[in-house]
Amino acid sequence: MPRWNFTTMADPITPPDPRRTARQLSLVILLMIVVGGVAMTLAARSRWWLPPVASTQGIEIDRLFYTTLVVTGIAFVLVHLVLALFVWMGGRRQTAAYWHDNRTLELTYTLTPAAILLTLVSMGAVVWGRIHAPPPENALVVEVRAEQFGWFFRYPGADGTFGRVEPALINARRNPLGLDPADPAGQDDIVARGGDLHLVVNRPVHVRLRSKDVLHSFFVPQFRVKQDAVPGVTIPVVFTPTRAGNFEIACAELCGVGHYIMRGKITVESQAAFDAWLAGQQPAAP
Amino acid sequence: MAVTHDAHVEHKQSWITRYIFSQDHKIIGIQYLFTSLFMALVGGFLAMLIRMQLGFPMAKFYWAQWLFPGGFANNQIKPDFYLAVVTMHGTIMIFFVLTTALSGGFGNFLIPLQIGARDMAFPFLNMLSYWLYPPAIVILLTSFFVTGGAPGGGWTAYPPLSALPNAAPGSGTGQTLWLISLAILIIAFLFGSLNYITTILQLRTRGMSLMRMPLTIWGLFVTAVLMLLSFPVLFAAAIMLLFDRSAGTSFFVPSGLVIGNQLVQHSGGNPLLWQHLFWFLGHPEVYVLILPPMGIVSEIMSTHARKPIFGYPFMVASIVAIAFLSFLVWGHHMYTSGMHPLVGTAFMTTTLAIAVPSAVKTFNWLATLWRAKIRFTTAMLFAVGFVSLFVTGGLTGIFLGSPPIDIYFQDTFFVVAHFHFVMASASLFGVFGGTYHWFPKMFGRFMDERLGRWHFWLTFVGIYATFFPMHFAGIAGMMRRIYSTQLYEHLQGLAAINAFVSVAAFALGVGQLIFVYNLFLSLWRGRRAGPNPWGSNTLEWQTDSPPPHGNFGEHLPEVHRWPYDYSVPGASEDFIPQTVSASRAPLPIHGGSSEEDPPRT
Repeated sequence: MPRWNFTTMADPITPPDPRRTARQLSLVILLMIVVGGVAMTLAARSRWWLPPVASTQGIEIDRLFYTTLVVTGIAFVLVHLVLALFVWMGGRRQTAAYWHDNRTLELTYTLTPAAILLTLVSMGAVVWGRIHAPPPENALVVEVRAEQFGWFFRYPGADGTFGRVEPALINARRNPLGLDPADPAGQDDIVARGGDLHLVVNRPVHVRLRSKDVLHSFFVPQFRVKQDAVPGVTIPVVFTPTRAGNFEIACAELCGVGHYIMRGKITVESQAAFDAWLAGQQPAAP
Repeated sequence: MAVTHDAHVEHKQSWITRYIFSQDHKIIGIQYLFTSLFMALVGGFLAMLIRMQLGFPMAKFYWAQWLFPGGFANNQIKPDFYLAVVTMHGTIMIFFVLTTALSGGFGNFLIPLQIGARDMAFPFLNMLSYWLYPPAIVILLTSFFVTGGAPGGGWTAYPPLSALPNAAPGSGTGQTLWLISLAILIIAFLFGSLNYITTILQLRTRGMSLMRMPLTIWGLFVTAVLMLLSFPVLFAAAIMLLFDRSAGTSFFVPSGLVIGNQLVQHSGGNPLLWQHLFWFLGHPEVYVLILPPMGIVSEIMSTHARKPIFGYPFMVASIVAIAFLSFLVWGHHMYTSGMHPLVGTAFMTTTLAIAVPSAVKTFNWLATLWRAKIRFTTAMLFAVGFVSLFVTGGLTGIFLGSPPIDIYFQDTFFVVAHFHFVMASASLFGVFGGTYHWFPKMFGRFMDERLGRWHFWLTFVGIYATFFPMHFAGIAGMMRRIYSTQLYEHLQGLAAINAFVSVAAFALGVGQLIFVYNLFLSLWRGRRAGPNPWGSNTLEWQTDSPPPHGNFGEHLPEVHRWPYDYSVPGASEDFIPQTVSASRAPLPIHGGSSEEDPPRT
C-alpha cells in the first residue's frame, strides 16, 4: 500500500488557489454540461431520436414534447450558465456579501416557474383529454390479448360482437383465448394466431386490451401508444394510424423471463387490403 | 473508530456496549454509514453486471461465469439472473443504501449534535433500529441462493408477477424473502423516524427555536415525518402480498388468470391496488432520499461560501411544501396503468406544482453562491455538483409529469436517466458531500482533499457520461428492464450508445474505489482536525472532534442566533457561531433570530 504523505499536503481548510479550481469547475460546467449537452442533443436527432411518427395522437404528443424540450432546454442552459458564472466569480472574491433575503427576487422566481408550468399543464391536459376521447363510430374494433410472452388479436367477425371467453377453457394449442363454444357470437370471431395485427390506414382503432396472466404493456413506438394490459379488466386504447407499413409491438411492462422477446407485429394497410386479408381468415369456432 | 473522551463517560462501558450494541447516536450513525457503504458496493457491483449485458451483449465474461455458476451460462448472463440483478440493484440502492445512509447515518449523527441534545430521545429504540438492519440485509441477500434465485419482478414488485410463485423463477422463495426483508427494514425506519421527530420536537437546547434550526435538521425532520406516514402503507402492502402468496388471500390477484396452462385459484383482487399502495410510499420515498441532501447541501454551501444561505424562510417553506405535495403525486407513476384518465389530469397538476418549490430551492442555492467567497473543499465541490444534477434531473421530470408525453416515455430509459440524475446521483452527492464535510467531526481527522478532488471529478464527469446519453436511448424508445435490445427494429441503432454508457459506468464504478480507499486511509492517517476546522456556526462544531459521550461538556450550549451568520459586517471573524450572544457579536438583520425569543427548557 503506498503511503500517502499527509504532512506535505496543503491545509484542507484552505485548498490551494481557489481561482484555479473555480476556473476548472466552471469550465467543466460550461463545456461538458452546457455545450456538450446541447451539442449531443442536436447530434442525437439524426440517430437516436423518436422513431418517425405514424399516428394522429403521435403528432400532438411530439409537438408537446418539442415545446417542453425548448422550455426545459432554455432553463437547463440558463441555470448552468449562472452556476458556472457564480462559481467562477466566487473563486476570485476576497470577501463574501452578507445578503440573504430579497422578497421581490424570491417571489419572482417562485411565480415565473409557476406560470410556465401552469401553461404546460394546460397544454398537456388538452392533449390528454383528446387522446382519451371515446372511440368514433367508424372505429375498427379489435381485441389485443397479452400473455407470457406473446400477443393474440381477435376481430369480432361479421356480427360485430365478440364471443364470450372463459379462462377455464383456455388451452394453449386448441383454444388459446378460451372462447366459449356455447356462445353463438363467438362462432365468427377471427383470431389471428401468431400473425400480425392488421389495421387500416387513417381509420381509428379501438383496441380492447386484455391480459391472460400478469401485467404487460402494449407499446407501439411509432404510434406513441402505450397502455398496460391489466389482468381482470379490459382497457380501451384508441388511436389512428396515419402511415401504411409494418410496425412492432413491444412489451413495456416487466412480465417475466421472456419480457425482452415479447414482440408482436402490426401491418397497417388500405381498407381494401385489410378486407381481403380478413376475408381469407378462418373463423375461430373452437 | 471514534475515540470517546473518558472524562465525560458517565458510566463504565465495555467495548461491546460502546461500539457494537451502542446506544450512542454517534456510534449508531457511523454504524449505519459503514453498513450502507458495504451495501453500496454490493449494489454498485450489480449495476456493473447490468451494464455488462446491455453494453456488450456478445462478450464472454469468464470471471463472471466462475463467480456466478448459476446465473451465467456459456459465460453470458442468463435472462432470469439479469432480472434478479436489476431488481436487487434497485432495492438495495434505494432502501438499503440511500435511505439508511441519509436518515440512518446522517440523521442519527447530526440531529442531537445540531440541536444541542445529549442523545436521541429513545437511545434503546435507536439501537434496535440499527440492529434490525443487518438481519434485513442477510435475508435479502439470501434470496440469491434459494431455489429460483432472487426476485426478478423489479424493485416495484408489481403483482400478479410477484404474487404467483410460478409466474417467474424469482417469484418463488426469493420474492418471499424480499418481502420479509423489506418489512423488517421498514420497522427499523419507523423506529428511527419516531425517534427523530420526538428528539427534534422535545430536546432542542435553550434558544433553538424552530426557525433557528439548521436546514439539515429541517430536511431530516420533514423526512422523518414523511417516513412515518408513508412507510406503514408499504408495510401493510407487503404483508398483504405475503398473504396473497402463502395464505390464499386475493388482495392483488383477480380471478381467471391462467399461468402455464393452470387456472389460478384466486378471485376478487386488483393488481392496481398494489400500485396505488406501493407508490403512496414510493413517491414520498424519493423525497425521503432528496430532502436530507437538500439540507446537507445548504449547510455545506453556506459554510464554504462563507455566506448566509439565501432565503432561509423560503427554504423551510419549500421543504414543507415539497413534503406535503409528495403525498399527492403518486399517480404520475401510473399514467399508463389503466386508471381513469381524469385522475391522470389531477396528478399532472400536483406533479408540476411540486416543481415550483424545487425550483425555488435551486434559485436560492444560486443566490447563495452569488458574491460568495468560495472555498473549494471537496464537500463544496459535491454541493455544487448536486445543484447541477438536481437541475438536470428535475427538468426531465417535467416531460414525465405530463401524461401525454409520459405515454411514450413511461418504462423507457428516459425514466431511468431521469431518476438516476434527480434522485440517485443527486442524493449520492449529498452523501458524499456530507461525508467529506462531517468526517472531521466524526473521527477527528480530515479526509484527504487531493484524493477527494479526484473522486469528485471522476464522479461528476462519470455521472454525466453515464446517464446523459441514456436519455437518448429512452427517446429512441428503449424499454427498461429488457435483457437484450437485439430483437426490436426500433432499437437497432442503440448498440453504440449502450456500449458508451457501459464504459462510462465502469469508470464511474472504479472511481468510487478512490472514495473507499480515502475513507479507510483517512481513518488511520488523516490529518488531525480541531473542533471547528471549517469555521462553522452550527452547534456540532462547538464541541470536540469527535464529540464526547453526551456530546457537550457539563453545560448544554445556548443558542442566540440563526446558524448562517457568515461574513457579518463589523464582526471580527467571518463566522459567528450560534452560541455567541448579541453582546459579543453584532446581531444580524435577519428576522427570525432576535435575542428576545422565549428560552426553551
